[in-house]
Amino acid sequence: MAGIEGEAGVAVSAADAAQQKQELKNRIWAFSIIGFFALITVWSYSVDARYLYLASYIWFGLIYGMALQYGRFCMASAFRDLFAVGVPRMTVGIIIALVLFSIVSAVVTGAGQSTFHPLPYGYQNIIGGIIFGTGMVFAGGCASGSLYKSGEGTVASWLVILSLSFAQTWFAMAGGWMNHLVPAAWTASAAAKHLPSVLSPTSGWYNQYLAGYIWNLPATTVAELTRIKNRFLAAFVGNALLNTILPAIVILALVYVFWYRKAHLRNRAKSGRKGWRAELAGYWSMIAASRRTAIAGLVIGVAAGLHMWVTQGLREVFGVLNAGELLKAMGHTTGLSIQDTVFDPGYWYITTQEAQWSGWLLHVLGVHDMRNIFYGLQNGVPNPLLNPPGWMSISIILGSSVMARLSNEFRLKLPSLETAIWALLGGALMGIGARIGIGCNIGAFFIPVANGDPSGWLFGLGLAVGAYICVQFYNWWINRRMEKESIF
Amino acid sequence: MAVQFRKEADGVFLLDVKGYVCPHPQLYTKKSLEKMKPGEFLDLVFDNPSSAESIISMCEAEGNDIVEKSKDPSGAMKWRIRKA
Repeated sequence: MAGIEGEAGVAVSAADAAQQKQELKNRIWAFSIIGFFALITVWSYSVDARYLYLASYIWFGLIYGMALQYGRFCMASAFRDLFAVGVPRMTVGIIIALVLFSIVSAVVTGAGQSTFHPLPYGYQNIIGGIIFGTGMVFAGGCASGSLYKSGEGTVASWLVILSLSFAQTWFAMAGGWMNHLVPAAWTASAAAKHLPSVLSPTSGWYNQYLAGYIWNLPATTVAELTRIKNRFLAAFVGNALLNTILPAIVILALVYVFWYRKAHLRNRAKSGRKGWRAELAGYWSMIAASRRTAIAGLVIGVAAGLHMWVTQGLREVFGVLNAGELLKAMGHTTGLSIQDTVFDPGYWYITTQEAQWSGWLLHVLGVHDMRNIFYGLQNGVPNPLLNPPGWMSISIILGSSVMARLSNEFRLKLPSLETAIWALLGGALMGIGARIGIGCNIGAFFIPVANGDPSGWLFGLGLAVGAYICVQFYNWWINRRMEKESIF
Repeated sequence: MAVQFRKEADGVFLLDVKGYVCPHPQLYTKKSLEKMKPGEFLDLVFDNPSSAESIISMCEAEGNDIVEKSKDPSGAMKWRIRKA
């Protein structure tokens, strides 16, 4: 017996030693990533102080990545898990983040430091949302969710990002048969804009979509619609209260009634309490159910607001309106648009910078020119090493990796063939949906909604419809597989 | 790495969804539990950390107990769930 115990003891201590070694390795990785970004920041600053602009994107990306991983903060889950498994956790988390972000944004807007511009509103918000929503459920994560999951070692999410990137570049450049789908009115309207001759606004679907349709649409915020003169009051009442907080309360109430109330009251009945007090307690317990998600929502909400403030401050300090001007002044002229601009939203945004990665690669390989509006006029194709929001995406991945390493959750996970196919399909649909909706679940939903732009809710409605459609498909698919393979 | 369902013993079932990301692990878990009888156990093996939070919430709402959390030899999560 003693021998057996001894062997078991040795085995246990060997397992403990291996675990301790792994934990040490994880900590070294985590601090190396932080050190890498610190080194880039200090070194680039010593070369030229204007690189601080790029560094600010890096550090905010790091905060987003860490918070996203900590709270498992995925918007695909917010829309999908309600329909798929009746779990409201993430929906509540997103709403908390939206409310907090709207308050911080109102302060930033009131102070005249906001970098936000409202998006055009029209049918495309809903259509883009439906395509994106379907894609994010297929992909197993939204645009930012796929970044944080990449950082956790989920290889399927790497495929999502790859597909999302190339699908956008294809869509932005596609002509040929796609030209036949363009309404004549778009072509006429795009031609009437008299854009520089180096562009080809009347050729290619997306060129004509932008110049012949999107640019003709109105855009506004609720603060502007209220016509309140005081800037702070307009931002708080119009943007935060009317566009975010009141709809948030209503949505939470609906989620409570349809997805939380039944289980809550069943548990509550055991303690004998009933009536409106039980309902209010239920509403609150739903909000407080997942501490981690709520904390992540709080951090993201506050950081997203501060990000706008810091970017605007740096623009004022350096006397520029866009990072392209800074890059040009520092001698980096390759990959700028014809207006000397690059994509530089000034806030949390995903998708366009990932499109630029494949755009840059194809540009370097000589596969495409800069005659399209998306790259040639608007966003450019800067070298990924000099792409500020591109660095934000990288630091979101690595920020998530830091958090996953520190909690020993990092693990390289290979996808099944089926998962890989869904990932590629979902990434492509998200890429196309993002280009139609002019943003993803962050740029076309989260940021606009919290900044008083009602178009964000239209995109959000589309996301819900798309998620519902894909969940129905998955229900059918999984039932079919279970019938074929199940032992039940 | 296809999904595997196995009856391991009387009242004990295995569901292996390694290699699958959201929403597959939570959907397969939900559907498996729906087909089981009260008191039976489901040994769920999955390697998608994001599904964990949803599965915990789902079990809380349905009253099912997660009675044991461990790891399988590959390092994936292995949870034993008792159907209420």
